[in-house]
Amino acid sequence: MHDKTLSELAAALEAGEFSSRELTAHLLARIERFDDDLNSFITITPEPALEAADRADAARAAGKAGPLTGLPLALKDIFCTTGVKTSAGSRMLDTFVAPYDATVVERLKAAGTVSLGKTNMDEFAMGSSNENSYYGPVKNPWDPAAVPGGSSGGSAAAVAAGLVPAAMGTDTGGSIRQPAAFCGITGLKPTYGRVSRYGIIAYASSLDQAGPMARTAEDCARLLGAIAGHDLRDSTSVARGVPDYTGELEAPLTGLKIGLPREYFGDGLDPEVEAAVREAVKVYESLGASVREVSLPHTHYAIPAYYVIAPAEASSNLSRYDGVRFGHRCDNPQDLIDLYKRSRAEGFGEEVKRRILIGTHTLSEGFFDAYYKKAQQVRRLIRQDFLDAFEEVDVLMGPASPTPAFDLGANKDPVSMYLQDIYTIAVNLAGIPGISVPAGFAGRRPVGLQILGTHFAEARLLNVAHRFQQATDWHCRRPAIAEETV
Amino acid sequence: MALEHAEVMRAAHLARLGLNDDEAARYVDDLGRILAMVDQLQSLDTADVAPLAHPLDATQRLRADEVTEPNRRDDFQRCAPAVEKGLYLVPRVVE
Amino acid sequence: MQWETVIGLEVHVQLATRSKIFSGASTAFGAEPNTQACAVDLGLPGVLPVLNEAAVAMAVQFGLAIHAEIPEVSVFDRKNYFYPDLPKGYQTSQMYHPIVGAGEVEITLDDGSTKRIRVHHAHLEEDAGKSLHEDFHGMTGVDLNRAGTPLLEIVSEPDLRSAKEAAAYLKAIHSIVTYLGISDGNMAEGSMRCDVNVSVRPVGQEAFGTRAEIKNVNSFRFVERAIAFEVERQVELLEDGGQVIQETRLFDPERDETRSMRTKEEANDYRYFPCPDLLPVVLDRAYVDHLRETLPELPADKRARFEGELGLSAYDAGVLSASREMAEYFERVREVCGDAKQAANWVQGELSGALNREGLPIQHSPVSADRLGELIARVIDDTINGKAAKQVFQALWNGEGASADEVIAAKGLKQVTDSGAIEAMIDRVIAESPAQVAQYRDAEPDKRGKMIGYFVGQVMKASRGTANPQQVNALLKEKLDALC
Repeated sequence: MHDKTLSELAAALEAGEFSSRELTAHLLARIERFDDDLNSFITITPEPALEAADRADAARAAGKAGPLTGLPLALKDIFCTTGVKTSAGSRMLDTFVAPYDATVVERLKAAGTVSLGKTNMDEFAMGSSNENSYYGPVKNPWDPAAVPGGSSGGSAAAVAAGLVPAAMGTDTGGSIRQPAAFCGITGLKPTYGRVSRYGIIAYASSLDQAGPMARTAEDCARLLGAIAGHDLRDSTSVARGVPDYTGELEAPLTGLKIGLPREYFGDGLDPEVEAAVREAVKVYESLGASVREVSLPHTHYAIPAYYVIAPAEASSNLSRYDGVRFGHRCDNPQDLIDLYKRSRAEGFGEEVKRRILIGTHTLSEGFFDAYYKKAQQVRRLIRQDFLDAFEEVDVLMGPASPTPAFDLGANKDPVSMYLQDIYTIAVNLAGIPGISVPAGFAGRRPVGLQILGTHFAEARLLNVAHRFQQATDWHCRRPAIAEETV
Repeated sequence: MALEHAEVMRAAHLARLGLNDDEAARYVDDLGRILAMVDQLQSLDTADVAPLAHPLDATQRLRADEVTEPNRRDDFQRCAPAVEKGLYLVPRVVE
Repeated sequence: MQWETVIGLEVHVQLATRSKIFSGASTAFGAEPNTQACAVDLGLPGVLPVLNEAAVAMAVQFGLAIHAEIPEVSVFDRKNYFYPDLPKGYQTSQMYHPIVGAGEVEITLDDGSTKRIRVHHAHLEEDAGKSLHEDFHGMTGVDLNRAGTPLLEIVSEPDLRSAKEAAAYLKAIHSIVTYLGISDGNMAEGSMRCDVNVSVRPVGQEAFGTRAEIKNVNSFRFVERAIAFEVERQVELLEDGGQVIQETRLFDPERDETRSMRTKEEANDYRYFPCPDLLPVVLDRAYVDHLRETLPELPADKRARFEGELGLSAYDAGVLSASREMAEYFERVREVCGDAKQAANWVQGELSGALNREGLPIQHSPVSADRLGELIARVIDDTINGKAAKQVFQALWNGEGASADEVIAAKGLKQVTDSGAIEAMIDRVIAESPAQVAQYRDAEPDKRGKMIGYFVGQVMKASRGTANPQQVNALLKEKLDALC
């Protein structure tokens, strides 16, 4: 059962090949068997999962099944879930159980999906390797020496290892696309505002966006249709109709204009990654697309701008963790300052503190204009780069990451870690959608092809990714662990 | 721009983050290098560019003035570290 | 040296919305602790703010009332600091692009003169919770019911020159917001709170002196007293060769003094930046125009109309337009009785006296405007005389009878205008007062006018106050003069 994609599982459930309960039990057994080692889950919820599966089976028996009814998935531990711990990978929230569901969770429940649990992540989504989790690093299913990427590393690893057919992630600077690339799966970051942020623990509010991670673009299309749409509880969610993302998957690519940003093929790009991406572009040419080089001239300013804007927003967003109403509180605080300083020092990990400090410093008096205002001006230039490019081409293609998954512990220096996100970060600053699809290997580690579209072009991106997956089988390759049986 | 130890300590105080000496020294170093990377921004001329706060040019939607939230104090205080008589407890605040 | 006082006020007005500025929790006052603090107000992880339309409308109405510029775009910023009553670690406020731009407020001084005070801007923000300092094993308790209540902060220019002007300005703001119905203006419950910036400078000097900010002065009276104390303190300090330091001070009404809030004032750095969870608020012309059309008549306009159209004195017009409740009551009385001057006299005389005695606000008057109007109408149509009217009012006040007519009937207060009946009473009084009649007769004719009062009193007494005094007077004079 675990070898099937979400779409195949939907068909099998519909055909009565097995029940949701059988499927759920099977995957729970796999998690039990393999996840001690992989560490992709923070919390597993067998009982609620089996109950939800039973409800799904009953709905199906009553003829009330929808397209996602009974399908198991996992949630990054950043989505608030009623009655189930939501930690954001932090000691700060090790005991936090939200009394509400995130809108994404609510919609997935309403669609009849079955959540198996909450996946591991970099603390408060700050990281590119999943090494910043209070719950320990996640291993890459393709190679236990490698990181799965981050911050949605647990979600990517769980899908790649065949523990769950799909998982939800969030992407603030590449946190869906980069781990999808590192783990050889498909991950979509929608347009900013396409999916509600309500109930998602905030990292950087003007950049955060939730999206699906699965084996195929078709699976992502099904899931996006369920979670996208306007939410009255999120002021930044967009009031705009949700198209049928599965409806345009098969559209031919004849005449598709692909742009290759010159800046995405420069220094620091691993040659094997580059070769795989260029090979993928050739596949598109064979499908009738035309290719030209374009320029995104401000690409190299994206990381500097991001490391002003995201930490600034984070420093403020994380002020609510003060040991008063929820979250970690130090023992025997002597006074108010002591309560704050020790609770936060004990509750937050190193990288979170680092970003809080950067953000606090850059927003403080005398620095605001030089850093924050400047970064927001550069943000406009970066967005304009994309808008200009999309005047000429339909989609942009390039690598999701300059290298394949690196070794655990390889990037000790924060700045060199930050530079890993060179191809993904600008996308969040511009608010456009992006998808990473498996496109080969560098050694035995997967390579992701990143496809970018203009605002609200998700249907087009999914179509372009799907046609590639019909023409190639990279997305069907699975790590050994996914082939193993319990 | 290089970062002084005092600036990191000032930020840590504003952010109410307790730092020991080792951490402080490490963050002085880290933040210095991160800000050096960030300083690449200064080479761009942005004099005529308006800051961009949100990626979409959307405007605020307004909510009707209705009471929609019931009292859920018990639910909300279940995850609170210290409450008494419905109040959140903090060390004595002196004014 | 002669000193001039310079004062600027920051007035925080709680807006009378049903729900909070960014959440659907109730704003009602006095609930059990934390029962009106929802997930958004508590700043729980992942929850998000959505702006309340009524708060926006109320802020704009205020702006229109003070003839302020209403910018098309306003933006919410975060003001970052840690405090137990501030759940998110930041207050959502408006630093750079407030919803209301520059405007002005007219104040009326004791001598009846007016002065225009410029308002720098007014912005929307969320209120904080409350720390309760009762002893919880040496801990402080935090109640977040108030957190997220919409506030309009109205920032004046430093145009005020005395404690009296400051109090008059605060009263003018109070009157505008209550007229608009955008706040209950209840200072005792904290619906209106005030920070006062005070400095002094030698008369003739242009540059401002160093100012002190007095926080949370929460009554008209305290504003005057706090400023008076603070001015004296600063002048003494300067005259002794000292310097005023810029600091935050607290007014202690018990000791009638201000004192420094923190000996070691921490340098604040609020790190304002645009709130990424909220988008720019764009007000289109049509929306603002619509709000302009629905504005009620404001105190200044009302005062002018009372004086011009209704012919009231400047003083009466001022008193009767001072609060929306007073003005509404007066206008209703006037409508019912049809006479503005009589209505004004009654509202300011008998009614205000009774309200003051019992410490009641006019909206809780036991005698409604309709009842009072009917009563006055009975005076005007001569059904009762003025003396009886006071009895009727007292009866209505005490709840004896549902209407003036009912009381008049029950107590037999209907004025006697039948001249036969009055003559009979006069004849009896004259017959029973031979000594007084003799005195009258012996008096010089020009002294007699005064002496007639005794007879009037006796006749009125005999009629239990119901005889028409004018008739009594005329008939008495006729009859007594006939005896001379």
